[in-house]
Amino acid sequence: MQEQSQQTMKALEIKDLKKTFRSNFLFKKYRILKGIQLSVEKGEIYGFLGPNGAGKTTTIKCILGLLFPDQGEILIDGQPAHSVTARRRIGFLPENPYFYDYLSARELLFFSASLFNLPAAIVRDRVAALIHQVGLSGYEDLKLRKFSKGMIQRLGLAQALIHDPDLLILDEPFSGLDPIGRKDLRTLILSLREQGKTIFFSSHILQDVEMMVDRVGIILNGAIRREGKLSELISRSIQYYEIVCANIAEKELAKIQPNFVCRDDQFFITLASDADINLVVESIIHNGGRIAAVNPVKMTLEDIFFNEMQPHRPATTAGGADGARTSRSEGAGRDNQ
Amino acid sequence: MKMSMKGIAINTFKESARNKMFYLLVFFGILFALSSKLISFLTLGDAMKVLKDTGLAAVNFFCVLIAIFTGINLVYKEIEKKTIFNILSKPVSRDQFIIGKFLGLALTMLTALAAMAGIFFLFVWMSGGGFDLKIILYFFMLFLELLVIVAISLLFSSFTTPILSFIFTVSLYLIGHIMWTFNEFKTVLRVPFWKHFMQGLYYLLPNLDKFNIKNEVVLNTAFNPWTILFSVLYALAYILALLAVTILIFRRREFQ
Repeated sequence: MQEQSQQTMKALEIKDLKKTFRSNFLFKKYRILKGIQLSVEKGEIYGFLGPNGAGKTTTIKCILGLLFPDQGEILIDGQPAHSVTARRRIGFLPENPYFYDYLSARELLFFSASLFNLPAAIVRDRVAALIHQVGLSGYEDLKLRKFSKGMIQRLGLAQALIHDPDLLILDEPFSGLDPIGRKDLRTLILSLREQGKTIFFSSHILQDVEMMVDRVGIILNGAIRREGKLSELISRSIQYYEIVCANIAEKELAKIQPNFVCRDDQFFITLASDADINLVVESIIHNGGRIAAVNPVKMTLEDIFFNEMQPHRPATTAGGADGARTSRSEGAGRDNQ
Repeated sequence: MKMSMKGIAINTFKESARNKMFYLLVFFGILFALSSKLISFLTLGDAMKVLKDTGLAAVNFFCVLIAIFTGINLVYKEIEKKTIFNILSKPVSRDQFIIGKFLGLALTMLTALAAMAGIFFLFVWMSGGGFDLKIILYFFMLFLELLVIVAISLLFSSFTTPILSFIFTVSLYLIGHIMWTFNEFKTVLRVPFWKHFMQGLYYLLPNLDKFNIKNEVVLNTAFNPWTILFSVLYALAYILALLAVTILIFRRREFQ
């Protein structure tokens, strides 16, 4: 029975988390978290998404005991998050990490290990292994003030792993990294999942999130708007179908299906559902046209994210954000014509 | 001592010891102690007395400067640069963090004082003076005073900026050396409320003159061992009280 409850226990569970900040002078209250509710299964990668100011870092700081929640419960493997047992299970990488720049990478890792009372022999082996794992071999004795941002990020991950934690909490781990650094970090995170670790990370770089997460939670204005498996969220959401064809006169095509655009001698036809696909394809072939592709266009994580954000976005930023998702928006727009 | 506290203490010591300001102050401390020889040449009277007097004053002054400058910055810098996130997110309590910081600062002060005292002794010996146990006692009492100053600066550093911490700590240091005036002032006050108020301040604020035995050392007069023992107990009690208040403030502090 106890074994069963151990198995069903979540790696991280947040129940009705509320947090208010007060301004320094007028003591005006700002409700930052309005009842966050989420759970992270063991061994999964959970993407905690939200725009700047949504409450991601505040939630993470509440998990780590850096901020005190007004209300709610945070459990790590069934233990209250503020307990020493729970803290031992967590490895944390802060957003834009800053470490003591007078230390070398090796010294920082030894210092981090000293906070966990780990035996010296284990620490020596782990420090050497982690330096290699995060790709800092050869730089272990260099002072951190000479490290680049990418190197600091790697070292941050190494210090978060020094005690071999079950749960990794990474706050915006991709921010400020170049494409190579982001790819390396993705590979590293995926390899950690292979080792059975649970990874909870916040981000607003959706491309990276989509490439690696099992589940996502979208936070907006201090509340979770959507949560679930990425595969379910996306597969449930085929936006439209797209037929790409060529070698047909525009006039002929307009008779078959009026919703299309022409780019580079190819026509892109948009269909709202799959019901008419066969009919349209047969008509094009009958008129001498060539079918290049038939694509179900699914909703991307970015679309889901922006759809959730839509009612909350200020008018001034809407235009800029739309610009980032032109192709999908155009497609959806053509459907509705 | 718990490993985590030891880790924080050693790291605090490393931070201070790798700070250029620390070396600069130790260097000037030694330089001024050495310049006391020059002053003794220019002064009439007992040259050894003048040498000891000015040398000890130089060591005292620069050690106090080191205590204030390192104390007011350390916790504030941890919060400002967010390095504290990496510590408090691990199984380290806030109490352990503060005690670890204090122990690290104490180790820093011990090192600075030992360096300056060593040079001072060497210089006295080279100038024809003998080894004086009273000077050892003087440095021990100075060390106690430095610990109290470090605990004061740590308290302010835990909730305010370095500039305010500096102002508060220096004010308390100066007041701490004129506490006898509070006692005298109390006797001339007529209103009972102000009398009690003055008395309250007298007991509340640090009486740093209790650690000053320079006159006894320089003039070679006798010590009262009970006074010394009382000063040691006073320092311990005051440091514990300051650390307790710092911990209470720090426990409630949020890190945004």
